[in-house]
Amino acid sequence: MPNMSQIKCPMPEQDPNVRNKNFKEVALGYTEEQAVEEAQRCLNCKARPCISGCPVNVQIPEFIQLIANRDFSAAAKKIKETSSLPAVCGRVCPQESQCESKCVRGRKGEPVAIGRLERFAADWSMANEKPEKLDIKKNGHKVAVVGAGPSGLTCAGDLANMGYDVTVFEAFHKPGGVLVYGIPEFRLPKAIVQREIDTLSDKGVKFELNYIVGKTGSIDELMKDDGFEAVYVGSGAGLPSFMNIPGENLNGVLSANEFLTRINLMKAYLPNNPTPVMVPKRAAIVGGGNVAMDAARCAKRIGAEEVYILYRRSEEEMPARNEEIHHAKEEGIIFKLLTAPTKILGNEDGWVTGVECVEMELGEPDASGRRRPVVKEGSEYTIDLDCVIMSIGTSPNPLIRSTTPDLETNRKGCIVAEEATGQTSKEGVFAGGDAVTGAATVILAMGAGKAAAAAMDKYIKSK
Amino acid sequence: MYQIVEKKVLNEQVKLFRVKAPHVAKKAKPGQFIVLRVSDDGERIPLTIADYDREEGTITIIFQEVGATTAALGLLNEGDYIHDFAGPLGLASELEGIKKACVIGGGLGCAIAYPQAKALHNLGAKVDIIAGFRNKDIIILEDEMKAVCENLIICTDDGSNGRKNLVTNELEALLQAGEQYDVVIAIGPLVMMKFVCLTTKKYNVKTIVSMNPIMVDGTGMCGGCRLTVGGETKFACVDGPDFDGHLVDFDETIRRSKMYKKFEQEAMERHRCNLEEVINNA
Ligand SMILES: Cc1cc2nc3c(=O)[nH]c(=O)nc-3n(C[C@H](O)[C@H](O)[C@H](O)COP(=O)(O)OP(=O)(O)OC[C@H]3O[C@@H](n4cnc5c(N)ncnc54)[C@H](O)[C@@H]3O)c2cc1C
Ligand SMILES: Cc1cc2nc3c(=O)[nH]c(=O)nc-3n(C[C@H](O)[C@H](O)[C@H](O)COP(=O)(O)OP(=O)(O)OC[C@H]3O[C@@H](n4cnc5c(N)ncnc54)[C@H](O)[C@@H]3O)c2cc1C
Ligand code: SF4
Ligand code: FES
Repeated sequence: MPNMSQIKCPMPEQDPNVRNKNFKEVALGYTEEQAVEEAQRCLNCKARPCISGCPVNVQIPEFIQLIANRDFSAAAKKIKETSSLPAVCGRVCPQESQCESKCVRGRKGEPVAIGRLERFAADWSMANEKPEKLDIKKNGHKVAVVGAGPSGLTCAGDLANMGYDVTVFEAFHKPGGVLVYGIPEFRLPKAIVQREIDTLSDKGVKFELNYIVGKTGSIDELMKDDGFEAVYVGSGAGLPSFMNIPGENLNGVLSANEFLTRINLMKAYLPNNPTPVMVPKRAAIVGGGNVAMDAARCAKRIGAEEVYILYRRSEEEMPARNEEIHHAKEEGIIFKLLTAPTKILGNEDGWVTGVECVEMELGEPDASGRRRPVVKEGSEYTIDLDCVIMSIGTSPNPLIRSTTPDLETNRKGCIVAEEATGQTSKEGVFAGGDAVTGAATVILAMGAGKAAAAAMDKYIKSK
Repeated sequence: MYQIVEKKVLNEQVKLFRVKAPHVAKKAKPGQFIVLRVSDDGERIPLTIADYDREEGTITIIFQEVGATTAALGLLNEGDYIHDFAGPLGLASELEGIKKACVIGGGLGCAIAYPQAKALHNLGAKVDIIAGFRNKDIIILEDEMKAVCENLIICTDDGSNGRKNLVTNELEALLQAGEQYDVVIAIGPLVMMKFVCLTTKKYNVKTIVSMNPIMVDGTGMCGGCRLTVGGETKFACVDGPDFDGHLVDFDETIRRSKMYKKFEQEAMERHRCNLEEVINNA
């Protein structure tokens, strides 16, 4: 008999007023008992609607049944059949708009906590099992991966499993992509990302760090001079957008990328770190995605007294995961919805003193299907601040496209690639993840890396 | 890890390293820079490529010890390793087609200006160099500069080398005397570059400046290095570091360069407290 509770078995969390002053993980994960209890809520539906919501087709009811039967090792294996980064995805996937949105249990009460169970199985496996020692036969073919984000790492892992000699070229001094420079420790402990990278190193994947493709060497040089037979481009969408409103170059205005990179990648949150970071008193973060939530919660944690989120639509349209919005509110972040900044104000020394805003109303739906915000006449007001963090989106860095003339890109600067294979306009070059889609999700980036690995294998074997 | 194959002390605060970094040396061009980290968990700082040797696979950097990271760098010796060394970054200087140039360096700016003067010289251009220093004890690269120009003028703020003047006055004197330059290249403190540009504007001489705002990644992903050029926002690390000096908004850049002063001091303070603790506990 399934567990008919209408709510998810709650996951233990740090108290909001304690955690908003530290960088330790917020959500603490299920115990074995809690996981089994939650797994028992799954009805093991014949139609398996949840799977249709998963971009990489994780066999959801199967792994949940294995948890219910306390075979945690087999549950983790089941997930890993189709997902390479379960400990990451279990923490950061927008489950409420993917698998859990389709879950039958969600029609009356809360859906099964698929994400939490995924995390549980992956964490259990990490804590209790050694990564499988695969007996991989090298096939003698050399392939390159550009970018060590989730997309590139997944592609590299799959290719290494097939016997390829894989080198990952990464611009930063640390592999992990957004998982290390963007998403903060309190949401995704870096030790987890490091584990995934160590597993790849164990499989023989080489990491060439501090190597900026397009500067240190071009894709053509990798293929012609260095003998790589195929290249996967998973270089992400790291270029921050600004609003082009007056006052944006004042001191105290920064991109979320700069703020988060200083804190996460450069570890400015640690007491003895030499990297300086702006510690605001009153900060506003402009935007409503995961990046905005992360920036807001980091600002609070490093000591800001008041932190605002300024978002021009309503909460319903916010692209951030529900859990992050919920956690941000609990931690005391102030949400100013239907609010758009029009001008940043500064003093004679050029420091931010405030932001001028207007209120918005939702009009007709726009191209994205979301209702378009329109300015409410005469609604201007100002908020006193000393810091504004722009978190209104990112696009792919032009470094690669400007140095690879035969690589087709679209109007937004994204690489054009076939969805099923990652094949680009250039022979032997495949691409996926944010570099192709623009800023999206970890799971989609991972899925694209997997698909491309299979296609690259086929391409090389057919040469 | 990148090995230091040569270390030279140029003056009390300025050091030169030749560093083994074949990937960077293979592609480096004058005007470009690298980003390094001295140790794991260290800060990322940008430094100009002062010279390169493709065959040997080395890059020369010249740096002034102004804060925590450059001080830590200065403590390294020949044979030691620098943890990270990424590049070459930024756009190379456009030097083709220049027949006569005046290169102006202010203090440490001479280290950044020297590779440009050398490249111009090697391309067959006639080069005059004006170098300004606070006093004669901190003059650097005198012989190197002399070797790549027709005229080398070194002036000091206090006159201790016998020539008390500002680089802008020296430049103005040359321009007034009728020297015709295709371009003036000015590299040094922001205030110096600003006044060089005001001077050359009067004589309508094209002026290139090298902008060194605060940077994190050096690849265009943080926007911390942004500045206004001709009314448009540019990222110095990918659109520069060289810009048309007559279009740069210097006042904004001077202001922005102070953005992290307070936080740097705090970071330095934290760092120092930690060091003291380590020493006291040892
Ligand atoms: C703050 C933040 C929070 C987020 N939160 C979530 C979340 O909760 N859930 C979710 O699903 N998604 C989230 N995302 C989005 C998600 O992280 C991205 O969609 C995903 O990381 C994309 O993966 P990727 O591998 O394509 O690119 P990235 O992770 O961006 O990795 C690209 C890598 O390529 C490197 N690179 C770039 N150019 C070059 C070059 N020229 N040469 C060499 N290397 C290069 C970069 O340094 C980087 O390491 C978040 C993003 C951010 C910024
Ligand atoms: C493209 C570029 C090329 C450069 N080339 C050289 C060079 O060849 N030789 C050299 O000695 N210096 C060079 N600099 C400046 C050098 O990066 C800074 O001196 C260094 O980052 C200071 O770090 P710190 O931790 O020692 O000092 P901090 O205590 O961090 O800072 C001391 C002062 O240095 C300035 N500064 C700090 N961080 C930066 C930064 N990231 N970029 C620029 N200025 C900063 C600030 O005004 C600060 O007040 C260059 C900077 C740029 C952007
Ligand atoms: S839809 Fe929900 S209840 Fe049905 S199998 Fe999937 S997770 Fe279980
Ligand atoms: S240094 Fe980050 S964008 Fe230029």
